[in-house]
Amino acid sequence: MAINHAVSTRGEAVTSAAWLWRLAMVISAAVVAVPVVVIVASLLGPYSAAWRHLFDTVLLDYVVNSLLLMLGVGVGTALLGVSTAWLTAHCEFPGRRLFSWALLLPMAMPAYIIAYTYTGLLDVAGPVQSSLRAGFDWQHGDYWFPEIRSLGGAICMLSLVLYPYVYLLTRVAFVDQSAALGEASRSLGNSASQTFFRVTLPMARPAIAAGVSLALMETLADYGTVAYFGVSAFTTGIFRTWYGLGELQTAAQLAACLLLFVIALFALERRSRSRLRFHRLGTGRSTQRVRLQGWRAFTALAAALLVLTAGFLLPAAQLAAWTAQHYQNAFTTAFLALLGNSFLLAALASLCCLLLALLLGYGKRAHPGRLEAVTTRVASMGYAVPGTVIAVGVMIPFAWADNTLDHWLRQSFGVSSGLLVSGTLGALVFAYVVRFLAVSLQSVEAGLTRIRPDLDEAARSLGHTPLGVLRRIHLPMLRGSLLTALLLVFVDVLKELPTTLILRPFKFNTLAVRAHELASDERLAEAALPALAIVLIGLIPVILLTRNMTKAAVDS
Amino acid sequence: MSNQLELDQVCVRYGEVTAVEDASLTLQPGAIGCLLGPSGCGKTTLLRAIAGFEPVSAGRITLRGVTLSTPQRRLPPEQRRVGMVFQDFALFPHLNVRDNIGFGLATLPRKARQERVESLLQLVALSEYADAWPHELSGGQQQRVALARALAPKPDILLLDEPFSSLDTELRTLLAADIRELLKRSAITALLVTHDQHEAFAMADQITLLHQGRVAQTGSPHELYHRPANTFVAAFIGEGSIISATMTGSGELAPLITGTRAGHDGASSHQVLVRPGDVSYDASSTLLLRVTRKTFRGAHFLYELTLPDGQRVPCLAPGHIDVPAGGTLPVTVKLQPHLAFDGAGLARSR
Repeated sequence: MAINHAVSTRGEAVTSAAWLWRLAMVISAAVVAVPVVVIVASLLGPYSAAWRHLFDTVLLDYVVNSLLLMLGVGVGTALLGVSTAWLTAHCEFPGRRLFSWALLLPMAMPAYIIAYTYTGLLDVAGPVQSSLRAGFDWQHGDYWFPEIRSLGGAICMLSLVLYPYVYLLTRVAFVDQSAALGEASRSLGNSASQTFFRVTLPMARPAIAAGVSLALMETLADYGTVAYFGVSAFTTGIFRTWYGLGELQTAAQLAACLLLFVIALFALERRSRSRLRFHRLGTGRSTQRVRLQGWRAFTALAAALLVLTAGFLLPAAQLAAWTAQHYQNAFTTAFLALLGNSFLLAALASLCCLLLALLLGYGKRAHPGRLEAVTTRVASMGYAVPGTVIAVGVMIPFAWADNTLDHWLRQSFGVSSGLLVSGTLGALVFAYVVRFLAVSLQSVEAGLTRIRPDLDEAARSLGHTPLGVLRRIHLPMLRGSLLTALLLVFVDVLKELPTTLILRPFKFNTLAVRAHELASDERLAEAALPALAIVLIGLIPVILLTRNMTKAAVDS
Repeated sequence: MSNQLELDQVCVRYGEVTAVEDASLTLQPGAIGCLLGPSGCGKTTLLRAIAGFEPVSAGRITLRGVTLSTPQRRLPPEQRRVGMVFQDFALFPHLNVRDNIGFGLATLPRKARQERVESLLQLVALSEYADAWPHELSGGQQQRVALARALAPKPDILLLDEPFSSLDTELRTLLAADIRELLKRSAITALLVTHDQHEAFAMADQITLLHQGRVAQTGSPHELYHRPANTFVAAFIGEGSIISATMTGSGELAPLITGTRAGHDGASSHQVLVRPGDVSYDASSTLLLRVTRKTFRGAHFLYELTLPDGQRVPCLAPGHIDVPAGGTLPVTVKLQPHLAFDGAGLARSR
């Protein structure tokens, strides 16, 4: 670039274009950062009476419940994730190949949906308790049955659908471990089980920590489950403060508290990942699986099947059964409208994310400097931030813009504009972009790193123009990554509940919102169809993931 | 003196594939043995069978009189008192140098363990790296940690699987000498696996050359070089080429220089290994051989010369004898009777 600059006027044009591009990167990163900055800035005050009231009464509850929830989900996902990872990585039993990808299926099941489903199954009127009463001739109140709508219930639901994060990362760590390490431990006098606890497990610790911290970020972001189960956590508190008390500033301050938890987790995850790098010493053969026989094989099969059934098969079957019962009321034009709304939003958001990701990705590729690293980092930060926090962070500046505009119009022309910006799809799509830009950026960057700069140079030296290179080299090589970027954001938007609930235009419903509303009104069977639609669409990223997994297995 | 390690007709099979067949070998206490051979010859498999990571399908492995492996019974690796240095060292990345070395000393009391670790750190000259992490060490340092870790529980034998393969070529011979000295000083019995004969020469008292899962020959480096048991050993160890030659009635060997055929004058046909030193530059010789190739070796030129019948032999000539390819070189050829082999490729002199 410096050479171009010195040599020709054409070079001048190139450099100024590069500067424009960098400016565009900085502006977009800054805009994407606005909601988080607004939330953090809210901590500066002012603190209203409502904040004092919250501080004196429920804030401690929020903190304690959120901590308990994190502790429970942390332990739950670690147990489920590590044990299933160990089974599929180190043991050979009937169905192992099937389970090694099927155990990811619970990822397709949003926590709020599995929560409704289990409530339907396990409530007083549900099939489990009904058949217990019928079988033993009990009456309601004669027997003890765990209450699903509780903190413990929320921990179970979240653990069942979030353990795949731990499973996925830990399994890779187990498979990547060189067999020589286990053999070294054996030759130094340790038995097979001592080796597991002294070598295999400690070496996978960074992977486990990274997986658990991802699961915990999702736990903090969860609104649907805790709201449905009536657990007072930060997300439900933010909703109550905004909808119940109308205190946007206080809601933002609560959101800032939640953000502190997220930052702590984020730091943990980063640290674990950086340590993971050093745990890849040596490139020896990976460990041979132990072939399980007889009752051991049966136990392994049963354990894997139990986790899969509880996390996916059973709730999916229940949703399908409810849908089948209600199908004549369910497939209506209203449902099609829901589907249309959801798809419209998801398509808009994923396209916007992709365009921004291309802007940032190509900028970083052309000039991998400090500025570019910072802008892409800032632009990716939203993924760790709970949807509720982002929604409040979007709401405040948009409401301010509305008020200012309204005020000005009234002063100058005597007309009121009402909610011109904050009540539109624009605010919602913006919030989605903030939250999910990281997802498409990751895909695009992964795709771009595969196009090494010397490929560009080779094509140019073979007589292609820059545009020709884009068309002949980049487009075909990037196509898969671009499609993945679109799909992943599309599905994430479709599943996202709290952002949509807070920012949707009046009377504008999506699948997720409708499923949540119907379930909250105890119309579980009617909620089943939109919920099932979300689960089915949610399968797409899981399938992509398993395809990558098998591809990696074939490569190695 | 009783044998430290004894392999008695050991076979290792995976289904249809036989990796090691009928391998027998003994190693005296304090001796350094070497399993040498091209890749796929079964040397690593045999080493892993001794360590207890592969089952034997026939034969017996004993260490100081204790049976380690038979087809019926396999002592678990952790009960064998066998130390192993792995090819990529297999240092535990989650433990620092001190804890890596102390890993196999869990049964020792705390104090004794610390002392043992300290003395090993000194032995391998890594005392100042005790708190370093494996990824912070150079390849040579990692290897020394792996060595110290394997020696810590005082094993009855130390196994080294291609211990130099992940190091720079220049480091290899240097380290091989260092390690040999260290093992000798501590009177440790060791068995090394390598595909590199120079490593084997630098380290071992006794070399077992394997070929397609079978023992081709066991002996000292000197024996293998100067008295190869068959043409495989002859071709694998050192430089040289194998040519057909005749043996005259008087027992003299001669290459087929004049075009004489076997059967004439009671002469018989043989395979003979010609080492580069066997063909020497001799200005007074009337035997002029054509140069087909030459390689500069610093003090010498290594020539490849063509005999009248088309066979090629190597010749190491002093560096000032500079003849271009296509030219001729006056030489004398002195074939060694103990490097002659019969039709089956076995040494004639045995």
